[in-house]
Amino acid sequence: MSNPSVTSQVADTNAGTASKPAKPSKVGGAVTWADDRLGLATAAKKNLRKIFPDHWTFMLGEIALWSFVICLITGVFLTLWFKPSMAEITYMGSYDQLRGLAMSEAYGSTLDISFDIRGGLLMRQMHHWAAMLFIASMFVHMIRVFATGAFRKPREVNWLIGGLLLLLGILEGFAGYSLPDDLLSGTGLRIADGLVKATPVLGTYMSFFMFGGEFPNNEIVPRLYAAHILLLPGLILALIAAHMLLLVHHKHTQWPGPGRTEENVVGYPLLPVYMAKAGGFFFIVFGITALMGGIMTINPVWKYGPYNPSQVTAGSQPDWYMGAAEGVLRIFPGWESYLFGHTISWNVFVPGMVILPGMLVVFLAWPFLEQWVTGDKREHHLLQRPRNAPTRTGFLVAMMTLFGLFWIAGANDVIAVLFQLNLNHITYFMRAAVFVAPVLAFIITRRWCISLQRHDEEKVLHGYETGIITRSPEGGYAERHAPLSTERAYTLTARENDKVLEAPNGSDVPAKGTRSTKIRAKLSKAMFGVSVPKPTREEYLEAQEHLHHELEAGHEDSHSPGH
Amino acid sequence: MSTDTPTTDLALSEETIPDPGLHEHTWRPTDIDERAERRAERQVAGLFIASMVMSVLFVVSYFAFEIGENIDLFLGGGTSNIALGTTLGLALLFIGIGVIQWARKLVADVEMVEMRHPASSPDEDREETLSALKAGLEESGLGRRKLVRNTMIGSMAILGLPAVVALRDLHPGPIDISVLERTVWQPGLRVVNDTSGIPLRPEDIEIGQLVNAEPEGLVHPPGEGRHHGDHSDRPAPIREYLEEAEDWEHHIVLNEMAKAAVILVRIEPKDITFSEKSPENWSVDGIVCYSKICTHVGCPIALWERKSHHLLCPCHQSTFDLADAGRVVFGPAARAVPQLPLSVDEEGYLVAQSDFLEPVGPSYWERG
Amino acid sequence: MRLLNRFAGRLSRNRRGSVAGLLVMVLGLLITGTTYAALTPAQAELRSHTDTELIQEGRELFLVGCAFCHGQNGEGVLTADGERALGPALAGVGAGAVDFYLSTGRMPLQAPGQQSPRKAPAYTPSEIDALSAYIATLGPGPGVPAHGDYSTDGLTDDEKQEAILRGGQFFLTNCTACHNFDGSGGAMPWGKKAPTLKGVEPRHVYAAMLVGPGEMPVFSNDVLRPEDKRDIIAYLESIHDGPKYGGVFALGGLGPVSEGLFAWLVGIGACVGFAIWIAAHTTRSSKKKGSEA
Repeated sequence: MSNPSVTSQVADTNAGTASKPAKPSKVGGAVTWADDRLGLATAAKKNLRKIFPDHWTFMLGEIALWSFVICLITGVFLTLWFKPSMAEITYMGSYDQLRGLAMSEAYGSTLDISFDIRGGLLMRQMHHWAAMLFIASMFVHMIRVFATGAFRKPREVNWLIGGLLLLLGILEGFAGYSLPDDLLSGTGLRIADGLVKATPVLGTYMSFFMFGGEFPNNEIVPRLYAAHILLLPGLILALIAAHMLLLVHHKHTQWPGPGRTEENVVGYPLLPVYMAKAGGFFFIVFGITALMGGIMTINPVWKYGPYNPSQVTAGSQPDWYMGAAEGVLRIFPGWESYLFGHTISWNVFVPGMVILPGMLVVFLAWPFLEQWVTGDKREHHLLQRPRNAPTRTGFLVAMMTLFGLFWIAGANDVIAVLFQLNLNHITYFMRAAVFVAPVLAFIITRRWCISLQRHDEEKVLHGYETGIITRSPEGGYAERHAPLSTERAYTLTARENDKVLEAPNGSDVPAKGTRSTKIRAKLSKAMFGVSVPKPTREEYLEAQEHLHHELEAGHEDSHSPGH
Repeated sequence: MSTDTPTTDLALSEETIPDPGLHEHTWRPTDIDERAERRAERQVAGLFIASMVMSVLFVVSYFAFEIGENIDLFLGGGTSNIALGTTLGLALLFIGIGVIQWARKLVADVEMVEMRHPASSPDEDREETLSALKAGLEESGLGRRKLVRNTMIGSMAILGLPAVVALRDLHPGPIDISVLERTVWQPGLRVVNDTSGIPLRPEDIEIGQLVNAEPEGLVHPPGEGRHHGDHSDRPAPIREYLEEAEDWEHHIVLNEMAKAAVILVRIEPKDITFSEKSPENWSVDGIVCYSKICTHVGCPIALWERKSHHLLCPCHQSTFDLADAGRVVFGPAARAVPQLPLSVDEEGYLVAQSDFLEPVGPSYWERG
Repeated sequence: MRLLNRFAGRLSRNRRGSVAGLLVMVLGLLITGTTYAALTPAQAELRSHTDTELIQEGRELFLVGCAFCHGQNGEGVLTADGERALGPALAGVGAGAVDFYLSTGRMPLQAPGQQSPRKAPAYTPSEIDALSAYIATLGPGPGVPAHGDYSTDGLTDDEKQEAILRGGQFFLTNCTACHNFDGSGGAMPWGKKAPTLKGVEPRHVYAAMLVGPGEMPVFSNDVLRPEDKRDIIAYLESIHDGPKYGGVFALGGLGPVSEGLFAWLVGIGACVGFAIWIAAHTTRSSKKKGSEA
């Protein structure tokens, strides 16, 4: 840190807390009372004024945290009336269209919450919207972390915890979707049953254990309820706690820039700035959820009716986070093998249990793969701009493309209706596109990143385009370039050059691990051999000199005062 | 620093430009202009007051509006939900925006710097921990007393067995997988219209007609109890089944419906391709009956096209040709949808000749 | 038996069963006193002099507007290769089908295609009556549903509620697979669609079940009884006219797909928008603080 005294100067100028030391305040008394008993002052002293850097992408995980809290609050409200039972009742509530119908207690109590408990429908809808936001924000948060290399050492464990949270969140969402025992829940469970049954060897028994007999039986709702309100949220809470503790321990990553180094963190203190910003953001996310719950219908279970295994509706989709799984299931060809009297359903097993879990595993393993290839064991606290890691960014975009295509395939019927397309053509298109499009996306993104790097280099060396066109005495037109500010140029060059490992030369000595070293060298070349090296100091100084010279010449020629 | 890589970190990480250091702090209007500061203060307080108003309005709407009340003012929506949601949402949003505005305008916003420490503990701490660990392990004798150690590990590993075995009764009693091969259909059991439960005669069904059907005894009209018809003149096995069916619990009925649901369609006989898999004597004057349960993952399939004779599953779009033994013509399903052999009983009603000859629904390992 | 019931349906909407149908037919025979009616049941309808005029008018309209595809006498026309029907034969489709196709604008087709979409009708109601009357003379078929067929007006409130309850279950069993739980419509193979039921007149919903237009299957009155059809319509009306309990926006009634889209666009969109605002730098002043100046 070039100027460590900034800290003390800054702290001194902060108005507020320290300025009124007249008498022991009420706060002081309370802290003393608490510390006498809990002894938390030592831990609090370091953390109350902990510094967090400011950037909007650092708040994406916060959306996930707050929407989970909203799910807990609204969920507790719902448990007061929801009856997780599949026993048969006759509905006698306020909703005319279903009064007198035999249904499960779970579905009946969901109707009661919606139509006989004031605010109940609002809470149900908020719960559902918040759940959708919870998983969606985990996705965008993960995309941000991946794209900026924030998963690098020392944060690999937190990356794994995050991945586990995503998986648990999806399971939690699916369990919740299945609880009301309406037509969509039942259809979803039936598909889940088909997926489980497709598991080789154990599948059939797993299905019988899950449902306590044949599908649908009368056990699954209470079982999923226990998982949904106790087991899964408990695990999620524990993992969130670990995730946050590690965040505090590692301190937040930051974007490179003037005064920002691998050894420091620049930003604003937890108390008061982030307490206010994070606390305020909680209310904002809560408010958005409440507004959505108030005006946008979600999961109108009363229109689906109670689950009846002989009924089905068009638009039988899962919630969006299972949409990709639904899509693979739709576009996979109908392959099935019969071996020694046994059936293997590739058409169900592979999409459900292999492809998407496989994608998650690759993402979770990426930090370790990257570390193995680079051999870089240092800690990284400065983020990388996505363009400065072209291979990684290309891979991310390729996977997002694949996921997006699966997603679209999972909604092919709705898309066919809305956009006047042919359902079958969409499926055929997707079957090819899932192989072609990710590769194209990878190539395009990587090239794009590299040209953005070139553009950065251009700006650092030759200045930015001012938009001022000058005409030379010869009559030629040229746009004048002006040098970037030192701060801006520093920010653009505050990155490391990619290093490529050399392949071991002389294969005549078959040393131990040569094979893996070779693979590693090849991967290293493929992944890191593409970036544009940043300009050296000499190049920069030379270019600056040239630029200033040119600029001065320009000023002399023109009458405009310039800046 | 890296230990096992042949890299030259220093040369590569050389900075193109020396770090110019933190930008000098500039002040906000609220920091230097008292009027701006007071205005911001009023803004924030105003937002908090607006939130209070909204909270009060929430309480008012809670008592004022009935669920399902429709007032044109609210664009025909359910008034209660909209009023509660909007007031609650705004009450929360105003607090949030107020607090953020406070943080942005009034709370000190001078950038601060904090130094990082390596994620690892200091070396001496690590040494101390390691030696404590070593001492502790040594004192425990875990390394020396292999018998104790191994039996302890063994005992804990075995503890997994009770944990797993205790879950055995998730399905109480013996598991009979062969139930997946059977449905309630049996020779002579009538095919009835789903929901209304009325039996069907061939002449009731027109060319191009689709009937969503169930075996007699499983369905009863909504709002009415299970019907207690007079089955005394029916053959004994069916009579027994029907009497038993009336005593079944709700979930048993659902379990059976989940397998037994069928669709019955009438196709111009000349359009049907009869084959060994779908012999002509399984149909009655072009009326054919197929399982309604998709062979892919088990959704009920009911999107039938009368002209193409294709049956589409709304879940994953597997398409089956009911004029050709239920063959798969599109989509992820691997197997044809099973056919139920039909005939007509003495009173002229459509009945099953037998149960399905293969398991209905999705594949499973033991299906063969 | 089926034919008799058809007559019952046409003359007296509330009577059903073979006996009623028989009585009506006998009555019809007595009144007209024409022997040809007895021999060809298709024409055994009450026909006054004005009916004949109506039929004649229908025949003329038919020759101008329909005969090109359906043939001079409604016998149908094959395409040049003789493989497919350019226009199907119309004997036996009944007045109900004619009324359905013409009043929903599905016929005449602009070009022979896969599916005829709903559009503004090309004929006036009286012209449609004339055409229906003419086609009905070609062979027996379902009649035009009358208001009493699909209306629950005569029922007590309790009966209406029961009708809606039953209708919902019939709807979910027979209709939602294609038309969706909210009647929003759905996709069928190869670019075909099950159209939306929102804003469709009850008469047309009823006729469609009876006629089975396009790829839609038939739901005959013997299986899905007239009162079952009426109940389905009552249910549809109740959910379309009733309150949108969940809020102003029903998100198209398309199920989780549109919900997911809105969760991302509105939910994540708004949250990220606020996050950008929260992290954005506030306005800065070039002035120094009083104490520093």
